[in-house]
Amino acid sequence: MSAESPRQQATDAPGAPRPETARALAAGTRPRRFGAWYVAEHRFRVMRSYLQTMLATGIGSPIIYLYGLGAGLASLIDAPVASQPGAEGVPYLVFVAPALLASAAITVATEEFSYPIMLGYKWNPTFTGMHASPIRPGQIVDGIVISVTVRILATSAVYYLFMLLFGAVPSPLGYLAVLAATLGGLAFGHLLMAYVSTLEQDTGQIALVMRFLVLPMTLFSGTFFPLSQLPWFLQPIGWVSPLWHATELSRVFAYGYPEPLWLTVVHVVVLVAMAAVGWIASRRIAARRLGR
Amino acid sequence: MPAPVITARDLRKQYEDVAAVDGISFEVSPGESFGLLGPNGAGKSTTMRMVGAVSTRTSGDLEILGLDPNAHGPDIRSQLGVVPQADNLDTELRVRENLLVYGRYFGLPRRTIAERADELLAFAQLEEKSKAKVDALSGGMKRRLTIARALINDPRILLLDEPTTGLDPQARHILWDRLFRLKEQGTTLVLTTHYMDEAEQLCDRLIVVDHGRIMAEGTPAELIRAHSSREVLEVRFGADRNAEVAKRLEGVGDRIEVLPDRILVYSANGEAELVRITEAGLHPITSLVRRSSLEDVFLRLTGRSLIE
Ligand SMILES: Nc1ncnc2c1ncn2[C@@H]1O[C@H](COP(=O)(O)OP(=O)(O)O)[C@@H](O)[C@H]1O
Ligand SMILES: [Mg+2]
Repeated sequence: MSAESPRQQATDAPGAPRPETARALAAGTRPRRFGAWYVAEHRFRVMRSYLQTMLATGIGSPIIYLYGLGAGLASLIDAPVASQPGAEGVPYLVFVAPALLASAAITVATEEFSYPIMLGYKWNPTFTGMHASPIRPGQIVDGIVISVTVRILATSAVYYLFMLLFGAVPSPLGYLAVLAATLGGLAFGHLLMAYVSTLEQDTGQIALVMRFLVLPMTLFSGTFFPLSQLPWFLQPIGWVSPLWHATELSRVFAYGYPEPLWLTVVHVVVLVAMAAVGWIASRRIAARRLGR
Repeated sequence: MPAPVITARDLRKQYEDVAAVDGISFEVSPGESFGLLGPNGAGKSTTMRMVGAVSTRTSGDLEILGLDPNAHGPDIRSQLGVVPQADNLDTELRVRENLLVYGRYFGLPRRTIAERADELLAFAQLEEKSKAKVDALSGGMKRRLTIARALINDPRILLLDEPTTGLDPQARHILWDRLFRLKEQGTTLVLTTHYMDEAEQLCDRLIVVDHGRIMAEGTPAELIRAHSSREVLEVRFGADRNAEVAKRLEGVGDRIEVLPDRILVYSANGEAELVRITEAGLHPITSLVRRSSLEDVFLRLTGRSLIE
């Protein structure tokens, strides 16, 4: 990295640097430091153009799902739901609400880390435009991560408020479920971003991901019923599913879901690892793709 | 002689088995207007992307404003304005917003950007379109907006990749006029084109590029003097007869070039050659005497037309 430092050039060059060289080095400092934030600014400006849709789904979906599952489905399921055989059960609404929260976070992540990435690389190559300015490829990825994190946090926070309203959060630590859900969103979203970044063309791959990855993930991640109720050979789907880890983690915070501490730690580690791997891969792919 | 703002030495870019740029060397002085003229696939865009410090070179030396793009990409790019071959304006944002957002990438204060955005919208004759959607703009307007965007950071060097390709003649002239003004203000321009009239209009000096190599270098006048005659006589005998007639034109002019639709006779005096041809009993369907252009230089150097 030392070759990147502005001072290097000054000492390497014979004599004093030319004025235009000095000017370039000076002008490059701010973008080097804050480039990711400038990209995030751009994303927020774009998000503003679909603010209404964002608000409608952000407020509408918790009401619909919590009401539908809480007042509707839950009234059919009288017996408390136990996470594991033998464990103490909780009302169905309390059981399902953290899962819905995590699922909402992953839905937002799926939206933001799929088509908008393809758009930026290919359909309306704004990433190429950014890269022609002092912004570096890695900073483009970072800026997107910053902006989407903010959106997922906000969506999850709204969802959480509705959970409180519906009386679905017995634990005082429940607000931590917002962070768990956001982490789940980023874990899945970053991996998705890395995959979409490798696509030269979208001939339906993104739609396939939605249909054959996101939808089954929702069904087999202990969302609507405990993972332990699945046949044993389907349970590994849950173990590799960021939604399952985020859901279980949210449950721990929302109602003190009884699981061993090591498992809680595993959830955090798996989610952080997925988010980190996806992020790093996305940065590398961006550098390679934009620097061709 | 001030130090060059761009120095390229034996610059190469290899894409798998394609040598897109195959050992190009040139220098650009501050304030100069420098052109890369060549047909599609010559390696112009690839060269521009390396000079723009976005594409990594395979080998050779490259220095922009005294800095190596491999180590100083962001610093170099802070001093460049880039008009890429394919517009990449942000269609999710409005016209003025495109400028505001882009200025931020350079870390400029919002106030400065807002002021410059208004000046540049005026410069690009887009004041009325300030709130319009990008998709609602015509091709020429999009190009002008892209140029305005490229100027938001008050660049030392403006890189223009085929600035007028695909525009109608009127839109091209408006654009040329804007570029002239920048040139007069002392902005260094580097542009690629496959239009010889554009190269003649805008470039102080240019290189003719083909297959990733430099075929010739000089001012438009020098190139014409070195590689073509003063005048060109164009005669047409009909597509099926041109080749046959050409055989009978041996010895006419300095040199003859047979194209599918016409014959070009290179000579210092086109009218005199036409008289000789008619005296020989040959009567072209149409004839035209014109000055030599860069098109003729290109034809001479490569045996092909610029636009095929
Ligand atoms: N990203 C790329 N991958 C592979 N080949 C490329 C790439 N970009 C350009 N080329 C090839 O390099 C050559 C030069 O292309 P280019 O620089 O775009 O030419 P020009 O701009 O003069 O039309 C062409 O043969 C083109 O197909
Ligand atoms: Mg090109």
